[in-house]
Parts: sequence; C-alpha cells; structure tokens
Amino acid sequence: MSRATLGWIVLSWVGFALLPWYGFDRSAAPTLADYFISGSGLVHGLRGAWWLLPILVPLGMALIPVARSSARPGTWLVASGLLGLALIVLQGFTIGLNGWTLDILRALFGEPGPNQAGMGYGAALTSASFLIVLCHGLAARGWCRGDTFVTSSIGVVIALIIVFVFFPVTTILASAFADNSGNFAPSEFVAKFMDKSIWGLDCLSSDLRCGVAWNTLFLGLLVAFGTTALGLAFALIATRTEFRYKKLLRVMSILPIITPPFVIGLALILLFGRSGALSAVLWEWFGVPRSRWIYGLPGVLIAQLLAFTPIAFLVLIGVVQGISPTLEEASQTLRAKSWTTFWTVTLPLMRPGLANAFLLGFVESLADFGNPLVLAGNYEVLSTKIFFAVVGAQQDQGRAAVLSIILLAFTLGAFWLQHAWLGKKVYTTVTGKGDSGIPLPLPRRVALASYFTAIPWALFTVAVYAIIIVGAFVRSMGRDYTPTFEHFITAFRVERADWGLYFSGSAWNSFFATVKVAALSAPLTAAIGLLTAYLLTRQRFSGQRSFEFGTLLSFAIPGTVVGVSYILAFNVPPIEITGTGFILVMCFVFRNMPVGVRSGIATLSQIDKSLDEASLTLGARSFTTMRRVVLPLLRPAIVASLVYSFVRAMTAVSAVIFLVTAEYNMATTYIVGRVEAGEFGLAIAYSTALILVMLLAIVAIQLVVGERRLGRRSASGAPSPIAVQAIP
Amino acid sequence: MELKKTFAAATMLAGTMTALSFMSAGAAQAQAQGELVMYCGVQEEWCRAMTTAFERETGIKVSMTRKSAGEVYAQVKAEAANPRADIWWGGTGDPHMQAAEEGLTVEYKSPKLGELQDWAVRQWEQSKQRTVGIYSGALGFGYNTDLAKSNNIAEPKCWADLLKAEFKDEVQVADPNSSGTAYTLLATIVQIMGEDKGFEYLKALHKNVNQYTKSGAAPAKAMALGETTAGIAFMHDIVTMVVDKAPVKVVAPCEGTGYEIGSMSLIKGAKNMDNAKKFYDWALTADAQKLGADAKSYQVPSNKSTPIPPQSPKLSDIKLINFDFAKYGSSAERKRLLSKWDNEVKNLPK
Repeated sequence: MSRATLGWIVLSWVGFALLPWYGFDRSAAPTLADYFISGSGLVHGLRGAWWLLPILVPLGMALIPVARSSARPGTWLVASGLLGLALIVLQGFTIGLNGWTLDILRALFGEPGPNQAGMGYGAALTSASFLIVLCHGLAARGWCRGDTFVTSSIGVVIALIIVFVFFPVTTILASAFADNSGNFAPSEFVAKFMDKSIWGLDCLSSDLRCGVAWNTLFLGLLVAFGTTALGLAFALIATRTEFRYKKLLRVMSILPIITPPFVIGLALILLFGRSGALSAVLWEWFGVPRSRWIYGLPGVLIAQLLAFTPIAFLVLIGVVQGISPTLEEASQTLRAKSWTTFWTVTLPLMRPGLANAFLLGFVESLADFGNPLVLAGNYEVLSTKIFFAVVGAQQDQGRAAVLSIILLAFTLGAFWLQHAWLGKKVYTTVTGKGDSGIPLPLPRRVALASYFTAIPWALFTVAVYAIIIVGAFVRSMGRDYTPTFEHFITAFRVERADWGLYFSGSAWNSFFATVKVAALSAPLTAAIGLLTAYLLTRQRFSGQRSFEFGTLLSFAIPGTVVGVSYILAFNVPPIEITGTGFILVMCFVFRNMPVGVRSGIATLSQIDKSLDEASLTLGARSFTTMRRVVLPLLRPAIVASLVYSFVRAMTAVSAVIFLVTAEYNMATTYIVGRVEAGEFGLAIAYSTALILVMLLAIVAIQLVVGERRLGRRSASGAPSPIAVQAIP
Repeated sequence: MELKKTFAAATMLAGTMTALSFMSAGAAQAQAQGELVMYCGVQEEWCRAMTTAFERETGIKVSMTRKSAGEVYAQVKAEAANPRADIWWGGTGDPHMQAAEEGLTVEYKSPKLGELQDWAVRQWEQSKQRTVGIYSGALGFGYNTDLAKSNNIAEPKCWADLLKAEFKDEVQVADPNSSGTAYTLLATIVQIMGEDKGFEYLKALHKNVNQYTKSGAAPAKAMALGETTAGIAFMHDIVTMVVDKAPVKVVAPCEGTGYEIGSMSLIKGAKNMDNAKKFYDWALTADAQKLGADAKSYQVPSNKSTPIPPQSPKLSDIKLINFDFAKYGSSAERKRLLSKWDNEVKNLPK
C-alpha cells in the first residue's frame, strides 16, 4: 500500500474522531475544545447521535489491508470507500434540521425523530477521504492502468459536479413537474411546455410576435456566427500579420469582457437611442429621423457581439498560434496557392477552436441576462423571461423550470452538433519535433477581410467606451454634461479617522467582497476546469460523454435558476452553506468551469500525445507529466480560464442576486440597484473602477502565467526560442 | 518550472483559504442577541438610512440585504425550510400579500397600529394580520416637456388622453407579467372602467405603446432621457427624476388612479423574532418614516403624524380609487387577468 493511501486513511480517522463533525450554529461562539475531539463525529455518536456510529465500520475496513499485507487491498479499500460514502449520504439526507426528512420514516418511527445540523469540517474531510480511498482502491484493482492520480482526479471532479451541479439542478428542475403547491402534476408541465408564447410562429406570416424559444434560438445563432467570425479576424490579425497596432487591438478586444453588465447596454442607448449622441448627429447633419431601432433584436445583437467576441478571441488565439506551419509549408511546396492552403489546410486545422468558440458564443447568448434586460424592448428571450417568471408578478417557479428545460435542450443540441462536426479527425499540430517552420502570411483576401471586420469593430468599441468614460465623470449622461467627481466620491470616499482610514463610500463593502470572491474562485475554476479537460482528452474511461455533458450543465442553465437552485439545495443540512461567501465561490467555480474545460480541450487536442507518452516512457508518473509537460503547453488556456473566471465572478448578475447577503454583497447587485434607481452616473462610475481592477488582474495573470513558447519562428525572422525551451 | 509549482501551490492555498475563511465566516456570522437580519425592498439609500437609524437607536446590529420585492419573495419562499431573514421591510404590497397567503410570514399586532392611516390598517386586516402598510404611492404618468413642446403635444391630463393619435408610439409602460407596477395599472384600469371597457382601453393603449419594459420604474428613466414622450409609473418614481432636474412633468390622471401599499412582514421561523418585532414597531413611528424623504424616496408614509415630504405628489390633488387589494392581490385573480392580458392585448398587431 502506498504512503498516499495510508495518509488518506489517517485523514478519514482525523475527520471522524478529531475535527468537529457539524458546522457551528450561527449563534454559537465555538471554543478551542469544540474544534478538537469534543465536537467530533465519534463523540457525538457516543453521546446519542447513534446514526454516526456505523461509519466506524468502513473506517475499520480500510485498516484491514494496512494490518494484514496478505489481504487484497483494492477490494477492501473500494468496499470501505463505497460503504463510508453511502452511510454519510444516507444519514445526511434522512435526518434533517427538524427530524426525519421523509414521510415514510416519520410514519414508521414517529415524529419528529432525531435532528442534526449541517456538516462541518470533520464530515467534509471524512467524506473526501472515503472518496479518495475508493479511487485508490479502484486504481489498485487496475482501473486506468493503476494510476491513482487519474482515478482520484476523475473521482474528485465527478463528486464535485454531482454535489454542486447535479444536486441543485435536479432539485429545481423537479419543480417543472409540480404545481404551485408542490404536488406532482405532469399535465401542468405539458400545458406550460406547449404554450403559444413559447413556440408560436406568428411572425412568419404576420407582424405578430414569434415565440420566445424561436427568438432566443435565432439570436443565439446570429451571435455565435458573429462572435466566431470577429474573434477569428482578431486572432488572425494578432498572430499572422504585421499590423502595427496589434497590441492595441488585443486590449480593445478584451475590454468588453471586463465590462460589468448593463454598462454596454446603457452606452448603446446613450449612443443610438432616440436621444442618443450619434442619433442627434445623424439627424442634424443628414436628416436621418430619430427612431427606436436599438430596442429589440438589433440592440441585443450588437451588445452581445460586443460582449462575447473576446471569448471567441481568447479561445481562437491559442488555437491559431498552435497550428504548425509544417503542414502549411508542405501544402505550399506542393504548389498550392496561399488561398488554397488557407482554405484546405489552415482553416480545417482551426476546427476545434472554431467549434468551441461557436459553442461558447451560442451558450453565452442564451444565458445572457443584462443586455436583453436593458435593450430587448419587445423582443423577448428566454433568460429574462425565466427571471421574471421567478421574481415577476407571475411568481411561477414551475414555469421558470419549464423554460429552463427548453434553454437546456438548445444548449445540449449545440453541444451535440459540435461533436458531430468535429468528428473523429485529428487536429494535432504541436509535437515534440523541433523547428516547424515559419507561419505563412495570410492570403491577401483573408487579411483584407480580417482588417475590414476587425478595425471598424475596434473603432466602434472605442466609441462605446468613450461614452462610458464620459458617463462616469459628468453629472447625468444624456441630460447634464457638467463635469463632476461626485459619483466617485459617493462610491469610494475614504475618510481619515483617529484609528486609521475609514472607507465610508457606499461601494467599498461590495467592492471588497467582490474582489475577494473573484480572487478565490479564479484559480479554483482554472484548476478544476483544466484538470477536467486533461481527463477528457487524455484519458479513456467509460461514461466519458456524460461526464463531459455534466461539466456543461451549470453553464447552460440560466443564472436565476442556478441561484434559486443553490438556495433550495444548500439552505438545509446536510450541506448548509447559504449566507457564506463559500457558496458564492462554489457557484462561480461551477458556472465558469466550462470555459476552462472548453479552452483546455481546444488547446490539448492540438498537442501531440506522444509528448505525454515520451514523458511516461521516461518514467514520469501522470501527475508529473501533467505538471511538467502538459501544463506549460497549456499556458494560453490557463490564462483564458483564469481571466474569464475572475472577470465573470466580478460581472455576473442573475446567479448571485439570491446568494448575496449583507456581509457578502456583490458589486453587480449594487450596480443593478443603482440602475434601478436611475442613478446611471454612479453605476457607470463604479463600473469603470471595476474595469480598472480587472485590467490590473489580467495583466497580473499574464505576467504570472507567462506566454507559451512553441518552436515557431515568427515570419519577421526575429530569433525565436527553440522547441526545447517549451518543454522545460 | 518554479512557476508551475507556484501555480499549483497557489491553487491549493486558495482552495484551503476559501474553505477556511468562508466556513469560519459563516460560523462567525452570529445571530445571537442584538442582531437582526433584514431584507429590504426599497432603494438602497432608504434601506441604509433605516438600518443605521435603528442601530443607533437600539444597539441592535442589522444585517441588511437590498433586493426588489419580487426577488425577496422568491428568496423567502426558497428559504422557507430554514429561514435566514427576520424581517422583510418595504417593497410593493403584492408579494407581501402572496407570502401572507402562503403562510411564509406571521401575524403580529403592533401597538403602533392605531397611529396608522386607514389604508395601512386595511392592508393588515386583509392579509390576516400578516403584513402592514408602511407607505403608499399612487400610480400616474408623466411626460417629457421638451419632447411634448417640440412635437406640439398638449398636456395630457387623463388616462384617456394617452389614447390620442399624437401619442402614437410615444407611451411606455412595463409588462404586467414582470412588473408589479404594470399589474397595478391593469387592476386600476379594470376597477375604474369595468373589465370589458378596461380591456378595450388597454387594447387601444397598446397601439400607442412603444415598448413594454421589464421593470416598472424603467419608463420614468426613459422619459428623463428623452427615449419616450410619456411613461406610466408610480408617481414617486417620476418625482425622483424631476428632483434630479429632468425635463419631466408628473400627472395625476383625472379619472382617478390606483396605488400600491409598501408593506412590512415578519418572516415565519425568524431566528431573532423579538428584535424583528422591535424593528416592526419602530418602523411604524413617525420618526422612522421621516427618513424616506431624506433618502430621496417620495412615497406617502403610513403613520398619520409623519410629515408628508413637500416633493411628494399632493394626495389632495389625486383622486384615489378604492383599490380592492384582497381581490386583485389574490393569485387566482392575478393569473386570470395576466393571461387575459397576454391573449387579448399583448399579441395584438400594432
């Protein structure tokens, strides 16, 4: 038995016999004694919580192979882990805060039955140890070629996804099949599902409105095509041309992703609304009548293109960089014209990137909430409709669940299509072979097309951000252009008190909480996301597809539904974490993890497996291989997922509205409140401060993670690092 | 290579730190004596003013979270098995009534009840003592004076004026499915004109509506920005724009109008019920209700002796109808009216 396995067995005992089994009541002031031994599961068990004592059996079973070397360790470990987890789950879900949780138990053993609080550190540690022991046992029985790192990783990721994605999501989706008082009513589901407001097609034949499902689908497809095309244009310019303002272009393309919600929408209204700045110019100079064209499909489309192009760019740039020039050179040597090469070699090699960018654009558009709220006018989409089904005058959670199921179906459809399109082709271009030549310059027409899409778009972005900056420093955008700092002073005033600095501005509280939550969730998201991507691309195990699907689930479900489902699932024992910052972090980690997974998969599918195999052949274990070979090559994906998760944690709205508390208030809910109150100036000023923080964070992430250096020479002929450097 | 180690170490450190700092934070989030958890349903400034004033007066520490009334309702309902909040203060009356109907809140008879206006007490009676009125605001509309002048539109005075051809595509109102404000309009029109005539009116109004917004106060902002000439909203929301020097004028419709009653409820299963009741009694006093006007909220307070803010629309100028909150606040009637509006009005061609 390995020392690692032994260590986990010891930890499972520590969790049960030493650490506090239950979480502390919020009114309690725990002493040191409560932290050690006296609050442990063992002591609780002996003092009357009899249902904890059976856990001693699996704890003991794990010790058998330790004591007797003749015992088959794998079997014992598997049995111990499985039984331990089963017992913990069973007692956790049957004995709740107010006694038995199931009617049948109440009927059998009388009311109210024993009660217990939510799980604490001890329970968490013991459960985790049982899980790892189980995985080590499986490895000992030969799973995944006996690699404990791989089995443990798979086990941990699956467990996390079950707890933080499946569990809450099934809790709420079940309400699709219930009427308002909670009884099972499948007929209600059918009635709600077939509603004309969802599937109506009146807009094709008359000037009536189409159903909300078609609207959402149409918008999603437009946005996905648009963002992929724009992202590709930016990525090509940034990597394959000698455009002079590349750096600037990169910054500009990143800006929208770090803009808090509502701000882009507000800026568009201030530019193109009926009284907007550009509309005024058009009217006075060219006699173009002022209209409200921005409210509806055009407005949401523009806003979403602005907001999500950077995601496509981040995914695509890694892929475009990774394409090996060898193949392109081969094509040219065979006398293909540069256009033919681009069309038949370069573009097909980008397929994983294009498909992932498209998928993300589509899913993001479906889940977006802030932009449709401000700009959609009478063009209804599912995300806002779901939000108002929960909080609006209807107050119909079942309807929200039905709409969520439709949204989910669209996402899964896109996921399936993406898989079908990528097929089983091989996209490997990063191999261990040395220098692979100079990337070809873009064919003329491709370069021109890229410039013509990217540059006007960049200028447009500049205009939008100019409006935002102006908006932060004038009294009231659109009405009163007196320059002022009052918004910043209201939000970020700092006073000097006798005992030091006193942050008296109204925004500080939410500002600190947001930065803390974002900074904690970003590395976790990246780690879990990339680990998952590694498992999906580099390991083969049964149930891989459903595993992949599970990682996408929380991303596909609208934020409002996730928020409500987190309350429903985590407000009562066994996992009682509402009101803490922990629930916010977990919510962000599992909502944003798919981006880490997607960009990880896109990048990994380019990297030749022989690199890993070489490392394995040389005696490295898979953990070492991952750390020393795969991770350095994954730098673009690491940056993408770190940046994305940090930024999303700072800008997400709909998911956190229900999770914030007085102590952990988030910046976006503060901004929503300001927008609701009509204080656009303050909202924009706060947003600019957030943008600044995010810019700093992105620069810091870039610096810390660093750039990937592949064995590619740049076309300009500058001396380039050799391949060996990429694999330290 | 050091870099990767640092990264891995940092990740692990962050993970541990998260778990530790937040779990202990959760544990330390004590609710012992001297604490109160409040969900607040009005504007941030007003919420904060109430929080600090109550803390100063009683020494009880208030943890306040601000959300819209519908969001508070959804949260209270989701948390019903293990309630987190003690008191729900502010926000339009419908969700409070809904919560009362579903038994999410509890009965309480405050000693201050006698000092309240009749409409506030009626709210308390209709909800079987589970929610009480703390302020009220009349529904009305407003118009952008600059736009009206440049388009030669005469000052609208009545609901009927909004049907005029000159307001074609110039009226904005929220969607009653998403906004309590717009539902109040729907119920008001039905009560003033009768259901058949009322829906005729709404159908005619539909031709002039340029956008059904999601949020009830959005038309007030759109008017201030000049995105629409007229907008229907609660008058105090429009007044906020006027005070902010927007070229907007508030109108109290001549046919009479409905109103909302901002309410307060005690959460069933509250962990600090005594403190919640202290807050409840205090929030009904004139001193506490005065804070609204200072925080730029111009609703009419429910305590008879609270001075009415000078900016508030004069109640004497407004013809208030006898709004039947019990009938139009019930979920059955609301569902019926909303689906009727969906079928007969919303899907009409322009």
